[in-house]
Amino acid sequence: MTLSAAREFSGENSDPSQKDRGAPGPLLRVQGIEKRYGPRIGCTGVSFDLWPGEVMGIVGESGSGKSTLLSCLAGHMAPDAGRVIFATRTGPRDAVTMTEPERRQLARTDWAFVHQNPRDGLRMGVSAGGNVGERLMALGARHYGRIRTTATDWLGRVEIAADRIDDRPSAFSGGMQQRLQIARNLVTGPRLIFMDEPTGGLDVSVQARLLDLLRGLVREMGLSAIIVTHDLAVVRLLADRLMVMQGGRVVEQGLTDQVLDDPQHAYTQLLVSSVLQV
Amino acid sequence: MTSEVYNFAYLDELTKRMIRRAILKGVAVPGYQVPFASREMPMPYGWGTGGVQVTAACLMPEDVLKVIDQGADDTTNAVSIRKFFVRTAGVATTEATDQASVIQTRHRIPETPLTEDQILVFQVPIPEPLRFLEPRETETRRMHALEDYGLMHVKLYEDIARHGEIATSYAYPVRVEGRYVMDPSPIPRFDNPKMSDCPAIQLFGAGREQRIYALPPWTQVVSLDFEDHPFTASKADHACDLCAAEDSYLDEVITDDRGGRMFVCSDTDYCRSRREAGHLGRLGAPYEEAAP
Repeated sequence: MTLSAAREFSGENSDPSQKDRGAPGPLLRVQGIEKRYGPRIGCTGVSFDLWPGEVMGIVGESGSGKSTLLSCLAGHMAPDAGRVIFATRTGPRDAVTMTEPERRQLARTDWAFVHQNPRDGLRMGVSAGGNVGERLMALGARHYGRIRTTATDWLGRVEIAADRIDDRPSAFSGGMQQRLQIARNLVTGPRLIFMDEPTGGLDVSVQARLLDLLRGLVREMGLSAIIVTHDLAVVRLLADRLMVMQGGRVVEQGLTDQVLDDPQHAYTQLLVSSVLQV
Repeated sequence: MTSEVYNFAYLDELTKRMIRRAILKGVAVPGYQVPFASREMPMPYGWGTGGVQVTAACLMPEDVLKVIDQGADDTTNAVSIRKFFVRTAGVATTEATDQASVIQTRHRIPETPLTEDQILVFQVPIPEPLRFLEPRETETRRMHALEDYGLMHVKLYEDIARHGEIATSYAYPVRVEGRYVMDPSPIPRFDNPKMSDCPAIQLFGAGREQRIYALPPWTQVVSLDFEDHPFTASKADHACDLCAAEDSYLDEVITDDRGGRMFVCSDTDYCRSRREAGHLGRLGAPYEEAAP
Protein backbone atom coordinates (compact mmCIF):
# COMPACT_ATOMS: atom_id res chain seq x y z
CA MET A 1 0.00 0.00 0.00
CA THR A 2 1.51 3.28 -1.07
CA LEU A 3 0.61 6.84 -0.33
CA SER A 4 0.03 7.65 -3.98
CA ALA A 5 -2.72 5.07 -4.09
CA ALA A 6 -4.37 6.78 -1.17
CA ARG A 7 -4.14 10.09 -2.95
CA GLU A 8 -5.93 8.77 -5.97
CA PHE A 9 -8.51 7.18 -3.74
CA SER A 10 -9.34 10.36 -1.89
CA GLY A 11 -9.21 12.37 -5.10
CA GLU A 12 -11.90 10.22 -6.64
CA ASN A 13 -14.16 10.57 -3.68
CA SER A 14 -14.06 14.29 -3.06
CA ASP A 15 -15.37 17.13 -5.14
CA PRO A 16 -12.54 18.32 -7.39
CA SER A 17 -13.54 22.00 -7.10
CA GLN A 18 -13.12 21.81 -3.34
CA LYS A 19 -9.89 19.94 -3.69
CA ASP A 20 -8.49 22.73 -5.82
CA ARG A 21 -9.45 25.33 -3.26
CA GLY A 22 -6.51 24.52 -1.01
CA ALA A 23 -2.83 24.71 -1.84
CA PRO A 24 -1.66 22.19 -4.44
CA GLY A 25 -0.14 19.65 -2.13
CA PRO A 26 -0.87 18.01 1.17
CA LEU A 27 -2.93 19.97 3.67
CA LEU A 28 -0.97 18.60 6.58
CA ARG A 29 2.47 17.10 6.45
CA VAL A 30 3.52 15.30 9.63
CA GLN A 31 7.18 14.42 9.92
CA GLY A 32 8.77 12.32 12.65
CA ILE A 33 6.55 13.33 15.54
CA GLU A 34 7.82 12.10 18.88
CA LYS A 35 6.56 12.67 22.40
CA ARG A 36 8.05 11.07 25.46
CA TYR A 37 6.79 11.04 29.02
CA GLY A 38 10.08 10.77 30.83
CA PRO A 39 11.63 7.47 29.77
CA ARG A 40 8.34 6.16 28.38
CA ILE A 41 7.29 6.67 24.80
CA GLY A 42 4.05 8.52 24.09
CA CYS A 43 4.41 8.20 20.38
CA THR A 44 7.44 8.14 18.13
CA GLY A 45 8.43 8.28 14.49
CA VAL A 46 4.98 9.17 13.17
CA SER A 47 4.98 10.61 9.66
CA PHE A 48 2.17 10.96 7.16
CA ASP A 49 0.63 13.37 4.66
CA LEU A 50 -2.99 14.37 4.79
CA TRP A 51 -4.51 15.65 1.57
CA PRO A 52 -7.37 18.12 1.23
CA GLY A 53 -10.71 16.37 1.62
CA GLU A 54 -9.16 13.24 3.03
CA VAL A 55 -10.26 11.57 6.26
CA MET A 56 -7.59 9.74 8.19
CA GLY A 57 -8.41 7.27 10.95
CA ILE A 58 -6.01 6.41 13.76
CA VAL A 59 -6.84 3.23 15.64
CA GLY A 60 -5.16 1.32 18.40
CA GLU A 61 -5.78 0.07 21.90
CA SER A 62 -5.76 2.25 25.01
CA GLY A 63 -2.27 3.54 25.69
CA SER A 64 -1.10 3.07 22.12
CA GLY A 65 -0.32 6.78 21.85
CA LYS A 66 -3.11 7.82 19.53
CA SER A 67 -4.49 10.56 21.77
CA THR A 68 -0.97 11.81 22.51
CA LEU A 69 -0.34 12.00 18.78
CA LEU A 70 -3.57 13.91 18.21
CA SER A 71 -2.73 16.40 20.99
CA CYS A 72 0.69 16.98 19.44
CA LEU A 73 -0.81 17.54 16.01
CA ALA A 74 -3.50 19.90 17.27
CA GLY A 75 -1.01 21.95 19.27
CA HIS A 76 -2.41 21.07 22.68
CA MET A 77 0.88 19.50 23.60
CA ALA A 78 4.39 20.31 22.40
CA PRO A 79 6.05 17.31 20.74
CA ASP A 80 9.68 16.56 21.63
CA ALA A 81 10.65 16.19 17.99
CA GLY A 82 9.14 16.43 14.56
CA ARG A 83 7.26 18.88 12.41
CA VAL A 84 3.58 19.48 11.71
CA ILE A 85 3.48 21.48 8.50
CA PHE A 86 0.07 22.88 7.73
CA ALA A 87 -0.82 24.53 4.44
CA THR A 88 -2.14 27.81 5.82
CA ARG A 89 -3.87 30.30 3.56
CA THR A 90 -0.55 32.11 3.22
CA GLY A 91 1.62 29.06 2.63
CA PRO A 92 2.99 26.07 4.50
CA ARG A 93 3.86 26.72 8.16
CA ASP A 94 5.19 24.50 10.92
CA ALA A 95 2.54 24.49 13.63
CA VAL A 96 5.04 23.27 16.22
CA THR A 97 7.32 26.29 15.97
CA MET A 98 4.78 29.02 15.21
CA THR A 99 3.98 31.52 17.95
CA GLU A 100 1.16 30.99 20.39
CA PRO A 101 -1.08 33.75 18.93
CA GLU A 102 -0.66 32.28 15.45
CA ARG A 103 -1.48 28.80 16.72
CA ARG A 104 -4.56 30.10 18.51
CA GLN A 105 -5.67 31.96 15.43
CA LEU A 106 -5.25 28.76 13.43
CA ALA A 107 -7.10 26.77 16.08
CA ARG A 108 -10.17 28.94 15.72
CA THR A 109 -10.18 29.47 11.98
CA ASP A 110 -8.78 26.61 9.92
CA TRP A 111 -8.72 23.96 12.63
CA ALA A 112 -11.36 22.38 14.76
CA PHE A 113 -11.12 19.95 17.63
CA VAL A 114 -13.93 17.67 18.76
CA HIS A 115 -13.33 16.20 22.20
CA GLN A 116 -14.50 12.81 23.32
CA ASN A 117 -16.35 14.32 26.24
CA PRO A 118 -18.50 17.27 25.11
CA ARG A 119 -17.93 18.85 28.52
CA ASP A 120 -14.31 19.45 27.54
CA GLY A 121 -15.26 21.12 24.29
CA LEU A 122 -18.32 23.09 25.32
CA ARG A 123 -18.92 25.86 27.81
CA MET A 124 -21.52 24.23 29.98
CA GLY A 125 -22.65 27.49 31.58
CA VAL A 126 -23.29 29.20 28.27
CA SER A 127 -26.35 28.69 26.05
CA ALA A 128 -26.17 26.64 22.85
CA GLY A 129 -26.24 29.82 20.75
CA GLY A 130 -23.41 31.35 22.77
CA ASN A 131 -21.37 28.19 22.36
CA VAL A 132 -21.74 28.25 18.60
CA GLY A 133 -21.17 32.00 18.45
CA GLU A 134 -17.99 32.01 20.54
CA ARG A 135 -15.62 31.31 17.66
CA LEU A 136 -17.33 33.97 15.55
CA MET A 137 -17.00 36.53 18.34
CA ALA A 138 -13.38 35.53 18.87
CA LEU A 139 -12.82 36.36 15.22
CA GLY A 140 -14.36 39.77 15.68
CA ALA A 141 -18.06 39.32 14.85
CA ARG A 142 -19.84 42.15 16.66
CA HIS A 143 -23.36 41.98 15.28
CA TYR A 144 -25.72 40.11 17.59
CA GLY A 145 -28.40 39.49 14.99
CA ARG A 146 -26.02 37.99 12.46
CA ILE A 147 -24.27 35.83 15.08
CA ARG A 148 -27.62 34.50 16.15
CA THR A 149 -28.73 33.77 12.60
CA THR A 150 -25.54 31.84 11.93
CA ALA A 151 -25.92 29.96 15.22
CA THR A 152 -29.52 29.02 14.40
CA ASP A 153 -28.47 27.85 10.96
CA TRP A 154 -25.74 25.65 12.39
CA LEU A 155 -27.96 24.17 15.07
CA GLY A 156 -30.28 23.17 12.23
CA ARG A 157 -27.45 21.55 10.33
CA VAL A 158 -26.60 19.35 13.28
CA GLU A 159 -30.27 18.54 13.85
CA ILE A 160 -30.86 20.56 17.00
CA ALA A 161 -34.23 22.31 17.06
CA ALA A 162 -34.02 26.09 16.77
CA ASP A 163 -36.04 26.61 19.95
CA ARG A 164 -33.25 25.02 21.97
CA ILE A 165 -30.86 27.84 21.08
CA ASP A 166 -31.11 29.49 24.50
CA ASP A 167 -30.87 26.27 26.49
CA ARG A 168 -27.62 25.36 28.16
CA PRO A 169 -25.78 22.23 27.06
CA SER A 170 -26.40 20.75 30.50
CA ALA A 171 -30.05 20.43 29.48
CA PHE A 172 -29.07 18.43 26.37
CA SER A 173 -28.67 14.69 25.94
CA GLY A 174 -25.21 13.24 25.31
CA GLY A 175 -25.78 12.95 21.58
CA MET A 176 -27.08 16.50 21.32
CA GLN A 177 -24.10 17.80 23.29
CA GLN A 178 -21.77 16.06 20.88
CA ARG A 179 -23.63 17.50 17.87
CA LEU A 180 -23.51 20.94 19.48
CA GLN A 181 -19.78 20.58 19.91
CA ILE A 182 -19.47 19.77 16.23
CA ALA A 183 -21.55 22.81 15.26
CA ARG A 184 -19.47 25.02 17.53
CA ASN A 185 -16.33 23.81 15.80
CA LEU A 186 -17.52 23.95 12.21
CA VAL A 187 -19.14 27.39 12.36
CA THR A 188 -16.02 29.18 11.12
CA GLY A 189 -15.63 26.83 8.16
CA PRO A 190 -12.38 25.08 9.15
CA ARG A 191 -10.39 23.00 6.69
CA LEU A 192 -9.07 20.42 9.13
CA ILE A 193 -10.92 18.82 11.99
CA PHE A 194 -9.35 16.72 14.74
CA MET A 195 -11.66 14.28 16.44
CA ASP A 196 -10.84 12.33 19.57
CA GLU A 197 -13.27 9.42 19.96
CA PRO A 198 -16.22 11.49 18.70
CA THR A 199 -18.67 8.67 19.35
CA GLY A 200 -17.29 7.47 22.67
CA GLY A 201 -19.88 7.25 25.43
CA LEU A 202 -22.88 7.34 23.09
CA ASP A 203 -25.32 4.49 22.64
CA VAL A 204 -25.27 2.63 19.35
CA SER A 205 -28.24 4.22 17.59
CA VAL A 206 -27.08 7.72 18.54
CA GLN A 207 -23.59 6.79 17.34
CA ALA A 208 -24.98 5.80 13.98
CA ARG A 209 -26.84 9.08 13.60
CA LEU A 210 -23.81 11.08 14.61
CA LEU A 211 -21.59 9.21 12.17
CA ASP A 212 -24.09 9.79 9.42
CA LEU A 213 -24.15 13.49 10.21
CA LEU A 214 -20.37 13.71 10.39
CA ARG A 215 -19.95 11.90 7.11
CA GLY A 216 -22.41 14.29 5.46
CA LEU A 217 -20.71 17.40 6.84
CA VAL A 218 -17.21 16.21 6.01
CA ARG A 219 -18.16 15.46 2.41
CA GLU A 220 -20.29 18.57 1.98
CA MET A 221 -17.68 20.98 3.33
CA GLY A 222 -14.75 19.15 1.77
CA LEU A 223 -13.15 18.85 5.19
CA SER A 224 -10.04 16.95 5.98
CA ALA A 225 -10.24 15.07 9.23
CA ILE A 226 -8.08 13.07 11.58
CA ILE A 227 -10.17 10.74 13.70
CA VAL A 228 -8.76 8.93 16.69
CA THR A 229 -10.85 6.01 17.82
CA HIS A 230 -10.72 2.45 19.07
CA ASP A 231 -13.95 1.65 17.27
CA LEU A 232 -13.24 0.02 13.93
CA ALA A 233 -16.80 0.59 12.75
CA VAL A 234 -16.26 4.34 12.99
CA VAL A 235 -13.21 4.30 10.74
CA ARG A 236 -14.86 1.88 8.34
CA LEU A 237 -17.65 4.41 7.88
CA LEU A 238 -15.72 7.66 7.91
CA ALA A 239 -12.07 7.19 7.08
CA ASP A 240 -10.45 6.98 3.67
CA ARG A 241 -7.16 5.95 5.12
CA LEU A 242 -6.19 4.18 8.30
CA MET A 243 -3.21 4.16 10.60
CA VAL A 244 -2.83 1.44 13.21
CA MET A 245 -0.79 2.27 16.30
CA GLN A 246 0.71 0.06 18.94
CA GLY A 247 3.07 1.04 21.73
CA GLY A 248 3.48 4.57 20.36
CA ARG A 249 4.50 3.42 16.88
CA VAL A 250 2.60 3.14 13.63
CA VAL A 251 2.55 -0.54 12.75
CA GLU A 252 0.46 -0.41 9.61
CA GLN A 253 -1.18 2.16 7.38
CA GLY A 254 -3.13 2.11 4.17
CA LEU A 255 -6.59 2.39 2.68
CA THR A 256 -9.21 1.67 5.28
CA ASP A 257 -10.87 -1.22 3.49
CA GLN A 258 -7.55 -2.71 2.59
CA VAL A 259 -6.22 -2.62 6.13
CA LEU A 260 -9.42 -3.94 7.65
CA ASP A 261 -10.08 -6.66 5.09
CA ASP A 262 -6.52 -7.79 4.60
CA PRO A 263 -4.53 -6.90 7.70
CA GLN A 264 -0.82 -7.63 7.35
CA HIS A 265 0.63 -6.86 10.76
CA ALA A 266 0.01 -9.33 13.56
CA TYR A 267 -1.40 -6.66 15.84
CA THR A 268 -3.82 -5.41 13.18
CA GLN A 269 -4.97 -8.97 12.60
CA LEU A 270 -5.61 -9.31 16.32
CA LEU A 271 -7.45 -5.98 16.39
CA VAL A 272 -9.68 -6.86 13.44
CA SER A 273 -10.45 -10.33 14.76
CA SER A 274 -11.37 -8.95 18.20
CA VAL A 275 -14.42 -7.14 16.85
CA LEU A 276 -17.56 -8.85 18.05
CA GLN A 277 -19.85 -10.04 15.30
CA VAL A 278 -23.56 -9.97 16.02
CA MET B 1 -4.16 63.98 65.36
CA THR B 2 -1.62 61.58 63.97
CA SER B 3 -0.89 58.57 66.05
CA GLU B 4 2.82 58.45 66.89
CA VAL B 5 2.87 54.66 66.72
CA TYR B 6 2.34 54.40 62.98
CA ASN B 7 4.32 55.61 60.02
CA PHE B 8 2.58 58.30 57.95
CA ALA B 9 -0.50 56.72 56.34
CA TYR B 10 -0.07 53.44 58.25
CA LEU B 11 2.12 51.55 55.76
CA ASP B 12 5.91 51.57 56.14
CA GLU B 13 7.92 53.39 53.49
CA LEU B 14 9.24 50.27 51.78
CA THR B 15 5.74 48.92 51.34
CA LYS B 16 4.62 52.24 49.90
CA ARG B 17 7.54 52.15 47.50
CA MET B 18 6.53 48.68 46.37
CA ILE B 19 2.95 49.83 45.82
CA ARG B 20 4.09 52.99 44.00
CA ARG B 21 6.14 50.85 41.67
CA ALA B 22 3.08 48.74 40.92
CA ILE B 23 1.08 51.92 40.33
CA LEU B 24 3.72 53.32 37.97
CA LYS B 25 3.74 50.09 36.02
CA GLY B 26 -0.03 50.16 35.89
CA VAL B 27 -0.02 53.71 34.60
CA ALA B 28 2.56 52.79 31.98
CA VAL B 29 0.44 49.88 30.74
CA PRO B 30 -3.16 51.14 31.04
CA GLY B 31 -5.61 48.44 32.02
CA TYR B 32 -2.98 45.80 32.76
CA GLN B 33 -3.34 44.11 36.14
CA VAL B 34 -0.08 44.46 38.02
CA PRO B 35 0.44 41.94 40.82
CA PHE B 36 1.60 43.46 44.10
CA ALA B 37 2.34 42.15 47.59
CA SER B 38 -0.89 43.21 49.23
CA ARG B 39 -0.53 43.76 52.98
CA GLU B 40 -2.81 42.73 55.77
CA MET B 41 -4.78 45.85 56.65
CA PRO B 42 -6.63 46.53 59.91
CA MET B 43 -9.99 45.97 58.25
CA PRO B 44 -11.67 42.98 56.65
CA TYR B 45 -11.25 42.05 53.00
CA GLY B 46 -14.13 43.47 51.04
CA TRP B 47 -13.95 46.75 52.93
CA GLY B 48 -11.53 48.30 50.51
CA THR B 49 -8.15 46.99 51.58
CA GLY B 50 -6.81 47.41 48.05
CA GLY B 51 -8.07 50.96 47.69
CA VAL B 52 -6.74 51.85 51.14
CA GLN B 53 -3.26 50.63 50.24
CA VAL B 54 -3.25 52.57 46.98
CA THR B 55 -4.50 55.67 48.79
CA ALA B 56 -1.86 55.24 51.50
CA ALA B 57 0.86 55.03 48.86
CA CYS B 58 -0.41 58.19 47.12
CA LEU B 59 -1.14 60.40 50.13
CA MET B 60 1.03 63.35 51.01
CA PRO B 61 0.60 65.43 54.20
CA GLU B 62 -0.89 68.38 52.24
CA ASP B 63 -3.51 66.20 50.48
CA VAL B 64 -7.22 66.64 51.03
CA LEU B 65 -8.99 63.31 51.16
CA LYS B 66 -12.55 62.44 50.25
CA VAL B 67 -13.96 58.95 50.71
CA ILE B 68 -17.26 57.79 49.23
CA ASP B 69 -19.15 54.54 49.34
CA GLN B 70 -21.86 54.13 46.67
CA GLY B 71 -21.57 57.88 46.18
CA ALA B 72 -22.28 58.73 49.80
CA ASP B 73 -19.80 60.35 52.19
CA ASP B 74 -21.63 59.25 55.33
CA THR B 75 -21.90 55.47 55.03
CA THR B 76 -20.03 53.09 57.33
CA ASN B 77 -17.34 52.12 54.87
CA ALA B 78 -16.60 55.71 53.88
CA VAL B 79 -16.63 57.00 57.45
CA SER B 80 -14.31 54.33 58.78
CA ILE B 81 -11.77 54.68 55.98
CA ARG B 82 -11.78 58.46 56.33
CA LYS B 83 -11.24 58.13 60.09
CA PHE B 84 -8.46 55.65 59.46
CA PHE B 85 -6.51 58.15 57.39
CA VAL B 86 -7.26 61.06 59.70
CA ARG B 87 -5.76 58.99 62.48
CA THR B 88 -2.77 57.52 60.68
CA ALA B 89 -1.91 60.33 58.26
CA GLY B 90 -3.48 63.40 59.79
CA VAL B 91 -4.59 64.65 56.39
CA ALA B 92 -7.42 67.09 55.90
CA THR B 93 -10.71 65.61 54.70
CA THR B 94 -13.58 67.01 52.76
CA GLU B 95 -16.93 65.96 51.35
CA ALA B 96 -16.74 68.39 48.43
CA THR B 97 -15.54 66.66 45.29
CA ASP B 98 -13.93 69.79 43.82
CA GLN B 99 -11.85 70.42 46.94
CA ALA B 100 -10.41 66.93 47.25
CA SER B 101 -7.03 65.98 45.84
CA VAL B 102 -7.41 62.24 46.50
CA ILE B 103 -10.80 60.56 46.33
CA GLN B 104 -11.21 56.96 47.36
CA THR B 105 -14.41 55.47 46.06
CA ARG B 106 -16.43 52.32 46.27
CA HIS B 107 -18.86 51.65 43.39
CA ARG B 108 -19.26 55.21 42.04
CA ILE B 109 -17.52 58.00 40.17
CA PRO B 110 -18.54 61.44 41.50
CA GLU B 111 -20.97 63.42 39.36
CA THR B 112 -18.86 66.58 39.54
CA PRO B 113 -16.31 66.42 36.71
CA LEU B 114 -12.83 65.63 37.97
CA THR B 115 -9.75 67.73 37.25
CA GLU B 116 -6.14 67.09 36.30
CA ASP B 117 -4.81 67.50 39.84
CA GLN B 118 -7.03 64.83 41.35
CA ILE B 119 -6.50 61.11 41.94
CA LEU B 120 -9.47 58.77 41.97
CA VAL B 121 -8.85 55.48 43.81
CA PHE B 122 -11.29 52.59 43.23
CA GLN B 123 -11.84 49.66 45.56
CA VAL B 124 -11.98 46.50 43.48
CA PRO B 125 -13.35 43.18 44.71
CA ILE B 126 -12.55 41.04 41.62
CA PRO B 127 -10.16 42.64 39.15
CA GLU B 128 -10.38 39.93 36.49
CA PRO B 129 -13.18 40.68 34.00
CA LEU B 130 -12.98 37.16 32.57
CA ARG B 131 -13.14 35.42 35.92
CA PHE B 132 -16.69 34.13 35.83
CA LEU B 133 -16.26 32.87 32.29
CA GLU B 134 -12.85 31.31 32.68
CA PRO B 135 -11.96 30.18 36.19
CA ARG B 136 -8.28 29.39 35.49
CA GLU B 137 -5.95 32.28 36.31
CA THR B 138 -3.22 30.85 34.04
CA GLU B 139 -5.68 30.87 31.16
CA THR B 140 -7.06 34.37 31.77
CA ARG B 141 -3.52 35.77 31.90
CA ARG B 142 -2.76 34.10 28.61
CA MET B 143 -5.97 35.48 27.14
CA HIS B 144 -4.96 39.00 28.19
CA ALA B 145 -1.49 38.50 26.76
CA LEU B 146 -2.87 37.30 23.43
CA GLU B 147 -5.80 39.76 23.33
CA ASP B 148 -8.08 36.75 23.13
CA TYR B 149 -11.24 38.52 24.23
CA GLY B 150 -13.99 36.75 22.28
CA LEU B 151 -15.25 35.29 25.54
CA MET B 152 -16.17 38.71 26.89
CA HIS B 153 -18.68 39.11 24.09
CA VAL B 154 -20.08 35.66 24.82
CA LYS B 155 -21.12 37.06 28.20
CA LEU B 156 -22.86 40.01 26.55
CA TYR B 157 -24.43 37.64 23.98
CA GLU B 158 -25.85 35.58 26.84
CA ASP B 159 -27.30 38.73 28.37
CA ILE B 160 -29.15 39.64 25.20
CA ALA B 161 -30.28 36.06 24.56
CA ARG B 162 -31.72 35.83 28.05
CA HIS B 163 -32.98 39.34 28.73
CA GLY B 164 -33.40 40.92 25.30
CA GLU B 165 -30.78 43.53 26.07
CA ILE B 166 -27.37 43.78 27.71
CA ALA B 167 -28.48 43.42 31.31
CA THR B 168 -25.05 43.86 32.89
CA SER B 169 -25.65 47.01 34.86
CA TYR B 170 -22.49 47.24 36.92
CA ALA B 171 -18.88 46.13 36.48
CA TYR B 172 -19.54 46.55 32.77
CA PRO B 173 -16.41 45.45 30.87
CA VAL B 174 -14.40 48.09 29.04
CA ARG B 175 -11.52 48.04 26.61
CA VAL B 176 -8.66 50.41 27.40
CA GLU B 177 -6.87 52.15 24.52
CA GLY B 178 -7.86 49.28 22.21
CA ARG B 179 -5.77 46.83 24.18
CA TYR B 180 -6.64 45.44 27.60
CA VAL B 181 -10.15 44.50 28.61
CA MET B 182 -10.67 45.78 32.15
CA ASP B 183 -13.18 45.42 34.94
CA PRO B 184 -14.05 48.98 35.97
CA SER B 185 -14.90 47.72 39.50
CA PRO B 186 -18.60 47.49 40.37
CA ILE B 187 -19.49 51.03 39.32
CA PRO B 188 -22.87 51.34 37.59
CA ARG B 189 -22.52 51.33 33.81
CA PHE B 190 -23.92 54.87 33.98
CA ASP B 191 -20.43 55.87 35.15
CA ASN B 192 -18.52 54.08 32.39
CA PRO B 193 -18.42 57.04 29.97
CA LYS B 194 -16.90 59.20 32.73
CA MET B 195 -13.80 57.00 32.75
CA SER B 196 -12.92 57.79 29.17
CA ASP B 197 -10.79 60.89 28.55
CA CYS B 198 -10.96 61.71 32.24
CA PRO B 199 -8.49 64.43 33.28
CA ALA B 200 -7.88 62.79 36.67
CA ILE B 201 -5.68 59.77 37.17
CA GLN B 202 -7.69 56.67 38.04
CA LEU B 203 -6.15 53.92 40.16
CA PHE B 204 -7.70 50.54 40.98
CA GLY B 205 -6.66 48.48 43.97
CA ALA B 206 -7.76 44.91 44.72
CA GLY B 207 -6.38 43.88 48.11
CA ARG B 208 -7.53 40.30 48.37
CA GLU B 209 -6.67 39.53 44.74
CA GLN B 210 -3.38 41.46 45.03
CA ARG B 211 -3.74 43.45 41.83
CA ILE B 212 -3.33 47.10 40.94
CA TYR B 213 -4.31 48.62 37.62
CA ALA B 214 -4.62 52.16 36.39
CA LEU B 215 -5.91 54.59 33.82
CA PRO B 216 -3.65 57.55 33.17
CA PRO B 217 -5.36 60.87 32.44
CA TRP B 218 -7.00 61.25 29.05
CA THR B 219 -7.14 57.53 28.36
CA GLN B 220 -9.64 56.17 25.88
CA VAL B 221 -12.00 53.71 27.55
CA VAL B 222 -14.64 51.99 25.42
CA SER B 223 -17.50 49.93 26.84
CA LEU B 224 -17.89 46.65 24.94
CA ASP B 225 -21.09 46.15 22.97
CA PHE B 226 -22.65 44.79 19.79
CA GLU B 227 -23.28 46.82 16.64
CA ASP B 228 -27.01 46.16 16.88
CA HIS B 229 -27.10 46.43 20.68
CA PRO B 230 -24.96 49.48 21.43
CA PHE B 231 -23.85 50.41 24.93
CA THR B 232 -26.15 52.78 26.80
CA ALA B 233 -25.40 54.48 30.10
CA SER B 234 -28.60 53.64 31.91
CA LYS B 235 -30.11 55.10 35.07
CA ALA B 236 -33.51 55.18 36.75
CA ASP B 237 -35.88 57.19 34.60
CA HIS B 238 -36.65 59.84 37.19
CA ALA B 239 -35.38 63.12 38.54
CA CYS B 240 -33.90 63.32 42.03
CA ASP B 241 -36.71 63.87 44.54
CA LEU B 242 -34.52 66.14 46.66
CA CYS B 243 -32.58 68.27 44.17
CA ALA B 244 -34.48 67.66 40.90
CA ALA B 245 -31.28 66.64 39.06
CA GLU B 246 -32.08 64.72 35.91
CA ASP B 247 -28.51 63.87 34.99
CA SER B 248 -27.27 62.09 38.10
CA TYR B 249 -27.33 58.43 39.08
CA LEU B 250 -30.22 57.71 41.43
CA ASP B 251 -30.81 55.40 44.36
CA GLU B 252 -34.31 54.08 44.88
CA VAL B 253 -35.41 54.35 48.51
CA ILE B 254 -38.47 52.49 49.81
CA THR B 255 -40.23 54.85 52.17
CA ASP B 256 -43.14 52.78 53.49
CA ASP B 257 -44.72 49.36 53.07
CA ARG B 258 -47.48 50.59 50.76
CA GLY B 259 -45.38 51.04 47.66
CA GLY B 260 -44.08 54.49 48.52
CA ARG B 261 -40.62 55.20 47.13
CA MET B 262 -38.37 58.05 46.30
CA PHE B 263 -35.37 58.50 44.04
CA VAL B 264 -32.39 60.41 45.35
CA CYS B 265 -28.95 61.17 43.98
CA SER B 266 -26.50 58.50 45.01
CA ASP B 267 -23.79 61.20 45.05
CA THR B 268 -24.62 62.98 48.32
CA ASP B 269 -22.18 65.84 47.76
CA TYR B 270 -23.67 66.59 44.34
CA CYS B 271 -27.20 66.54 45.74
CA ARG B 272 -26.27 68.80 48.67
CA SER B 273 -24.53 71.35 46.47
CA ARG B 274 -27.51 71.49 44.13
CA ARG B 275 -29.91 72.04 47.01
CA GLU B 276 -27.60 74.74 48.34
CA ALA B 277 -27.87 76.38 44.96
CA GLY B 278 -31.65 76.44 45.30
CA HIS B 279 -32.75 73.42 43.23
CA LEU B 280 -35.71 71.70 44.82
CA GLY B 281 -37.14 68.28 43.96
CA ARG B 282 -40.57 66.74 44.41
CA LEU B 283 -40.05 65.83 48.08
CA GLY B 284 -37.27 68.26 48.94
CA ALA B 285 -37.42 70.84 51.71
CA PRO B 286 -35.64 74.17 51.21
CA TYR B 287 -31.98 73.73 52.12
CA GLU B 288 -30.91 74.80 55.60
CA GLU B 289 -27.51 74.63 57.15
CA ALA B 290 -27.50 71.74 59.62
CA ALA B 291 -27.51 72.74 63.26
CA PRO B 292 -24.01 72.60 64.72
